[in-house]
Amino acid sequence: MNQDFVQKMADLKEEEVLEMTKAEIEKGTDPFVILDSARAAMEIVGKRFESGEYFLPDLIMAGEILRGVSEIVKPHIKYESGKEKMGKVVIATVEGDIHDIGKDIVVFMLDVNGYEVYDLGVDVPASVIVDKIKEVKPQVVGLSGFLTLAFDAMKKTVEEIKKAGLRDSVKIMIGGGQIDEKVREYVGADAYGKDAVAAVNLCRKWI
Amino acid sequence: METKVISPKGKEVKIGDSYPTVIIGERINPFGKSGIKEALERKDIEPILKIAEEQISEGADILNVNVAAFGVDEAELLPFVVENLAKRFDVPLCLESRNKEALRRTLDIGLGKPIINSVSGEFHVMESLFPLAKEYNAVFVIIASDGKGIPKEPERRISIVGNILEEASKYGIKKEDIIVDSIVESIALSTKAAENTFKTMRAIKSQWDLNLILGASNISFGLPMRNFINVVFLSAAVLNGLTCVITNAKILKPYIMAADLIAGKDNLARRYTSYMKSLKTK
Repeated sequence: MNQDFVQKMADLKEEEVLEMTKAEIEKGTDPFVILDSARAAMEIVGKRFESGEYFLPDLIMAGEILRGVSEIVKPHIKYESGKEKMGKVVIATVEGDIHDIGKDIVVFMLDVNGYEVYDLGVDVPASVIVDKIKEVKPQVVGLSGFLTLAFDAMKKTVEEIKKAGLRDSVKIMIGGGQIDEKVREYVGADAYGKDAVAAVNLCRKWI
Repeated sequence: METKVISPKGKEVKIGDSYPTVIIGERINPFGKSGIKEALERKDIEPILKIAEEQISEGADILNVNVAAFGVDEAELLPFVVENLAKRFDVPLCLESRNKEALRRTLDIGLGKPIINSVSGEFHVMESLFPLAKEYNAVFVIIASDGKGIPKEPERRISIVGNILEEASKYGIKKEDIIVDSIVESIALSTKAAENTFKTMRAIKSQWDLNLILGASNISFGLPMRNFINVVFLSAAVLNGLTCVITNAKILKPYIMAADLIAGKDNLARRYTSYMKSLKTK
């Protein structure tokens, strides 16, 4: 792992990081070593965000850099494609709610962090989420909602997942403006996250 | 366009280009750390009345009321809170709810001409809330989003507003009883967020001449020192035709006074100078 690279990326020096990535590839460095460094940098970025040193645009910037790095190294990955991804996540804003900003940030951050994300969009009925779980067999399901009425839709979705016999095969995380431990308990989810960094951390923990 | 809002006791507030930007105090809501959520859970009206009083003294012309905390019965709490506010203060009210039962029970109190905030372009929302207009003399905030999510492009926002207006006309709702929320996204995520809002506002103004409202503080979501951004954005919004705003009166009132002055809405700075004099004597 390259400390200078990690440091530069954590400091959001986009051009320098992309240059270093290209140089490493030319030297013949294993693309996975570069990606590991990039992920280490993302963890630092996440910590800085949590501590209030970094803000939302910094987080997005870090994601853009990570995407840039991935694009450079991807053509040089020789393993089969399945190994590139860290795990699968199905994510949706639940039925009756159309708020997509928070969900979109989570999708973006999970995606650039190497997860295979299935974004079902907004106002998604429980049955559609259940069908998608059956189809792609994710490790994690993320339910988003901003309105208070979304909590009932989340609860219903968790119940439908249970009824379909899939509850033990997935971890369920929820997120949205007002969500706290009380809501998590009501919904029957495994965890709640207050922002995109928390969502990534949960996936790291679970997968 | 002139929109008239009336308090339960009969006090009028006019919204329009030739009037000062109307401030709708945002603080009665269960989000954040104001203690409102806990007060709602206990059905304790005192902290809510206190925050209402503060907002009025800080320059709020209308009070927004949102009681939709998790685990409370909105249909019970909205009328409870609003009735108490109406008893104590002479100020028009803006009911932030989509719960028809809660709205109906609250409107039954007799609120003069309140604002209902808000109706979006989903058919079930319009179908549920627009009939209230006939029974109760209310003003509607309509918001430029529909079931497909919150649109980023001004063109789509404008076309959604067009659809909502068409539906509203079927219920006999008059143009002056509609205020449009053109939507503010965070500038932290979208570099063109403010421009998209202003473009939408200008188009709605020129096509339909409607009053324009914003929940302005969204612009700074995810950023440090949010008030700098809020103030600059709000001033620019006033120059782009904003006629009322849901915001924190305490922080933004002086800036809105200044923005009105800059926008040419304050002849010989009468309101600005007397406001500043009143601050000195406080």
